[in-house]
Amino acid sequence: MWALLHYSFIQNALLSSAFVAIVAAFAGYFLLIRRLTFAGHAISHIGFAGAAGAVWLGFDPVFGLLLFTILGGIGIGIWGNVLRERDVTIGIFLTLALSLGILFLFLYQGYAEQAYSILFGTILGINTQDVFITALLSIIVCGLLLVLFRPLLFASFDADVAEARGVPVRFLSIMLLLIIAVTVSLSVQVVGVLLIFTLLVGPVAGAMRLTQNPVVTILIAMVLGIFYSWTGILFAALTNLPVSFFIATLSFGVYLLIRMRELLI
Amino acid sequence: MIALLHHQFIQYAFLAGTIIAIMCAIVGYFVVLRSQAFAAESLSCVGFTGATGAAVIGISSLAGTFLFTLFVAVVMGLLGKKMKGRDIEIGLVLAFALGLGVLFLKLYTRNAAEAVGILFGSILSVTTYDVYVSAITGIAVLITLGILFRPLLFASFDADVAEARGVPVTFLGVAFMILLGITIAEAILVVGVLLVFALIVAPAAISQHLTNRPTTSIVLSVILGLLFTWGGMLLGLAFHVPVSFFIAAFASVTYLVTVSVLHYIKPHIYHSFEHPGKEL
Repeated sequence: MWALLHYSFIQNALLSSAFVAIVAAFAGYFLLIRRLTFAGHAISHIGFAGAAGAVWLGFDPVFGLLLFTILGGIGIGIWGNVLRERDVTIGIFLTLALSLGILFLFLYQGYAEQAYSILFGTILGINTQDVFITALLSIIVCGLLLVLFRPLLFASFDADVAEARGVPVRFLSIMLLLIIAVTVSLSVQVVGVLLIFTLLVGPVAGAMRLTQNPVVTILIAMVLGIFYSWTGILFAALTNLPVSFFIATLSFGVYLLIRMRELLI
Repeated sequence: MIALLHHQFIQYAFLAGTIIAIMCAIVGYFVVLRSQAFAAESLSCVGFTGATGAAVIGISSLAGTFLFTLFVAVVMGLLGKKMKGRDIEIGLVLAFALGLGVLFLKLYTRNAAEAVGILFGSILSVTTYDVYVSAITGIAVLITLGILFRPLLFASFDADVAEARGVPVTFLGVAFMILLGITIAEAILVVGVLLVFALIVAPAAISQHLTNRPTTSIVLSVILGLLFTWGGMLLGLAFHVPVSFFIAAFASVTYLVTVSVLHYIKPHIYHSFEHPGKEL
């Protein structure tokens, strides 16, 4: 077990998943309190087309992911209020994005493996360059969130009062969607496009059931996120089963336990 | 190109594609009418677990998909309105279902192509067995829907009035979810788990934007579904590109163009029209 920690691919995976878990918990908190979970879902599907396009053109998939998720985030920021309740239109957009993704990957040789890893994550195959990109972006996103923390919290809990007090509410919501876009791009590396909820929503949803305090919630969510992803990586390395399966199970299982505890008390 | 059509596997694929497209378009009419697009998406996610789990216990993937979508359809039908506004819980359950699917996939095969086949469909590799199953279930679903047609339409348009008139609304809801579960299991064969929207929701949503009359709308929806499926299969064969890409691209582009054109040519009528998906 401990011998595993000497492998550089395990070290890379543990390091970058810790960064991702911290950012995902931080951004995920705002995602939940602003009821933007649909945006997280939509942005990750749009990211699939971007990652696939990058693979096809021979770039690192992270850049394609970032480009598409950021464009998607801005789009949702601008048209979000119109689109929010129209699940048919959103579903159609996502279908188009996914089908473009599959076309791009098909045009590239060895498409099945690439599609599989974008959809379900490739944390154990992460290279040193990706670790650097992940670390750098995570620090930038966390820094931004710390700077915007108080006004963002204010605007999220009571947008009208915040606006009256001169908080730039609209600017903040577009900034938040950009932050979510970057966070989604980072999380896709760990759990993949389809399981984005397990890191972005699962830890925060569990933590919010335990406390009302925003700071404590975010800290608990970060600890949970790191716990899910590290346990997932170690179990996966030991059993040779997929990382994202373990993370999804932990994310769902812990949330279920927390809900059951509520029923008992 | 034409010579390709003489191959038996292509004929099977066309036969299965045609049956499934008709079934999806008709069931899809009610999905859009009842604002259950999200339920359709959830069922298809669960279908992934079923399809991969089937391989682990050694039954056909279509049978596995059936079992899982049917089970979840009944649960969702029984929960009914309690599911509204619980997108976090539903999202986590779906993520867990997909995670299990990934596990099953890993357990029985080292082959990523298998996963992509389930996720994005593989109609061209359909077997004789699948064609029989889809023909029989397709006919069964359509007959059941024909019997339930009037009360279901009534309950979908105005559940409260229908209930007051003695229509068994809850029973119809569960029955329809079962039909939807079966239809989605079939649709996964053609377009895969991730693109079922293209066959189930898109044709029906387009036709409901164009007409309010139920029968006209269903006929139009069937025609669109067949056009997308046949067009997708022909172009897919001609260019050696995944069939589901063309089906999904045709369906989504047609929807987006229709909605934009309608917005442009008759804005006042368009605004008074309730959006099919507004309830969720």
